[in-house]
Amino acid sequence: MSLLDVRSLTVEYCGALGNRVAVDGMSFQIGKGEFIGLAGESGSGKSTVAKAVMRILQTPGFISGGEVYFEGVDILKMSSEELRELRWRDMAMVFQSALDSLNPVLSIRSQFQDMAQAKLGRPMTDSELVEVLDFVQLEPRLLDSYPHQLSGGMRQRVGIALALSLKPKLLILDEPTTALDVVVQRHILRGLIRLRKQLGFAVLFITHDLPVLLAMSDRVIVMKDGQVCDDLSPAELRHHPTHPYTRTLLDSMALLVADDSRTSGRGD
Amino acid sequence: MKTLVLDGLRKTFSVSSKTVVAVDTFSMELSQGEIVAIVGESGSGKSTVARMVLGLESPTAGQAFIRDEQGHRPCALRDVQMVFQDPFASLNPVHRVQTHLTRPMKKLRLNPPKGEALHRDVEALLRRVELSPSDEYIDRFPDSLSGGQRQRVAIARALAAQPTFLVADEPTSMLDVSIRRDVLRLFSRLRADNLGILLITHDLKSVEAIADRVFVLKEGLCVESGQTEQILTDPRHPYTQLLCNSVPDPEGAFLRDDPVTGDAPR
Amino acid sequence: MNALWANRKARVGLILVGSMLTMAIFGWCTLSAADASNTVGPILGPPNSDFWFGTTMEGKDVWAQTWYGAAPTIFLSICIGLGVTLLSVLFGVTAGFYGGRVDRALNVIINIFLLIPGLPLMIVLAALIQQGTSVISGPVAIALVLIFTGWPWGARVLRSQAMTLAQRPFIEAARLSGDGPFTIIFFHLLPNMASLLGTSIIGATTYAVGAQVGLEFLGFGDPGAVTWGTNLYWATQNQALLTGAWWTFLPTGLGIALFGFGLVLMSFALDEITNPSLAMRRVFRQRTQRTPDLDTVVMESQR
Repeated sequence: MSLLDVRSLTVEYCGALGNRVAVDGMSFQIGKGEFIGLAGESGSGKSTVAKAVMRILQTPGFISGGEVYFEGVDILKMSSEELRELRWRDMAMVFQSALDSLNPVLSIRSQFQDMAQAKLGRPMTDSELVEVLDFVQLEPRLLDSYPHQLSGGMRQRVGIALALSLKPKLLILDEPTTALDVVVQRHILRGLIRLRKQLGFAVLFITHDLPVLLAMSDRVIVMKDGQVCDDLSPAELRHHPTHPYTRTLLDSMALLVADDSRTSGRGD
Repeated sequence: MKTLVLDGLRKTFSVSSKTVVAVDTFSMELSQGEIVAIVGESGSGKSTVARMVLGLESPTAGQAFIRDEQGHRPCALRDVQMVFQDPFASLNPVHRVQTHLTRPMKKLRLNPPKGEALHRDVEALLRRVELSPSDEYIDRFPDSLSGGQRQRVAIARALAAQPTFLVADEPTSMLDVSIRRDVLRLFSRLRADNLGILLITHDLKSVEAIADRVFVLKEGLCVESGQTEQILTDPRHPYTQLLCNSVPDPEGAFLRDDPVTGDAPR
Repeated sequence: MNALWANRKARVGLILVGSMLTMAIFGWCTLSAADASNTVGPILGPPNSDFWFGTTMEGKDVWAQTWYGAAPTIFLSICIGLGVTLLSVLFGVTAGFYGGRVDRALNVIINIFLLIPGLPLMIVLAALIQQGTSVISGPVAIALVLIFTGWPWGARVLRSQAMTLAQRPFIEAARLSGDGPFTIIFFHLLPNMASLLGTSIIGATTYAVGAQVGLEFLGFGDPGAVTWGTNLYWATQNQALLTGAWWTFLPTGLGIALFGFGLVLMSFALDEITNPSLAMRRVFRQRTQRTPDLDTVVMESQR
């Protein structure tokens, strides 16, 4: 039984001129401990899928069809209390901008305690806090800092630590490194690999950066206009893509890859 | 033959009795018909360099000027124009494409065109940035255009003043990947038109695609510079090496342990 | 304007405000001061076939008073609203756009005016102007006082908005296109603040109606003039509540209420139009039969 089983998920947004379909009957699965990459550009619906699965979709968005099974239970039919239990314990999410997910007026320690109080009913002990920060190789002295005092990369690592505090089975990352530089990105991705070895969680990694997904995923799903174009292993995707859009994405990547020999893009 | 000269540009400012050096004495030359890239992470000062050239920030020391057959003169808006990073925020939402293009024409050209000539010039500009047929775009508002189209309008606006040099500050970082290549190709074509382009970016891939020369900036200081091919295939400075090694490749080489940098946490 | 008409709230608001305006124009043109100020009927006569709205303690025609008195109140309120907004724009937008020293200097002025207690100042100034000059008539004096005391609030709001907008790249791009600061403010900045300016004008007018009528009600207007405020003043002077002469204040009061209500509706509607998420809640509920979240924010990506 797979960890996450999405069947014909349809998500719409209520607009002035009618409803817009953001996710159109999408189906995919994530097995235990699997790393699934979700590739798509703006408007593809990739972020919407993540929010729908986490059940944190905001008005004017709403789920209009399909089922989402987490460990065999349809989470679209869960009550608010059941969802609260599910979120963060079993499934957690890291957002694109830690600026969006970290409260600017709370110290890092308070962010953790805030979450712990809501989820565990008690504050975290100091040793728990140190352990969680150690996951992302941040020093304990940062606990008393505020988000604006940390660099973008550090903030994102705090976001990852927060998400992993309760050791969920599935971690969803929505463009976690898009706003960061390649050097910081590499550092964070290496940390993610290490954590997966340590804790064994499954990952849904959402980004437009195809090379990252090809390098790290067990499977890559390519999305466009709310639909799945391809759902293949990295090797198959690179060499035998079926959908023309996948080929377009691969082409834009192929031109600009550092290891390839010099391209003829110059002097057009 | 004109050259854009950056001579010892330096920008510092004081934050609560400490002096922060954003750009530490940067010099370079850009000729017509070439694309030079300034590469660095956020906070490296590369955007500040661009803004100093355009006069949007005043340098603490140093200057930017144009050198031609008559000698030296300071940069004017007729010489250098800028393309901004965010195609949505750099166009005025209440003005049509036409207005965006005609204003710099009227204000900055030596002999501003009028009437029919103005209309023809606008159409020519739109064709130049590959927004054809121009009739379809002239009367539209920015929010009805896609990101790529908006950025082309922004490029057209910069070209409307008929500058010799263009400074592009992260022109493709907010665009979808599938259209970045086309926009970069446009810059290539402009280079063939004898424009000099200063490309500010953190994306080594776009540097590789179109830049002739590269300057690598780290924390305000230029650590390495040279021909693109040489810098990317055989970087000398450890920071440049780190940068090159961190660019994602589909085989995952970028994730492997790097003996140069180890894996020191920040 | 099309957007305004399509919105139900705006439509009702526009109709109300429009009716009051028409009433004011009609009344001012067809009646004269004499009609409203002369004794023409019985003392405190209730509404009847001769005098549809009855008569006051002095035997004045309430109908005439209501229709004729509309014009000064309504037109002056609109003028005050425009005047207040003009000053708010002048101080607020300039401060927000320039920043730095200009902002600091203007901010001091704005804050000083903000701190001055409005009502006492209004009363003092009104009294002074009344006694000082007979050139400035009562209502105009009040208008000047209200403009003088009412502008700082709007200035604060406009300043913040101007500050935020001034940071956006398209303003810098305008500078690079050769535009000077005045051109940028009028051609680039203000058009992007249109909805805020609209709500400012409506809000200022609403404030003006209330304050103007209030001052006149308290007796600081010109008792000889005929305005909605003085109508209420005389109604109270003549103990309308005690004598049960409801017709001497009801028509005027209703007029004020309807005008104010119309303005408030227009303000809400403008809010809805510029912030689509507000209207979206209603549409969402109708279309999906679900309850929208409490914290509805339009989060659609800008791309």
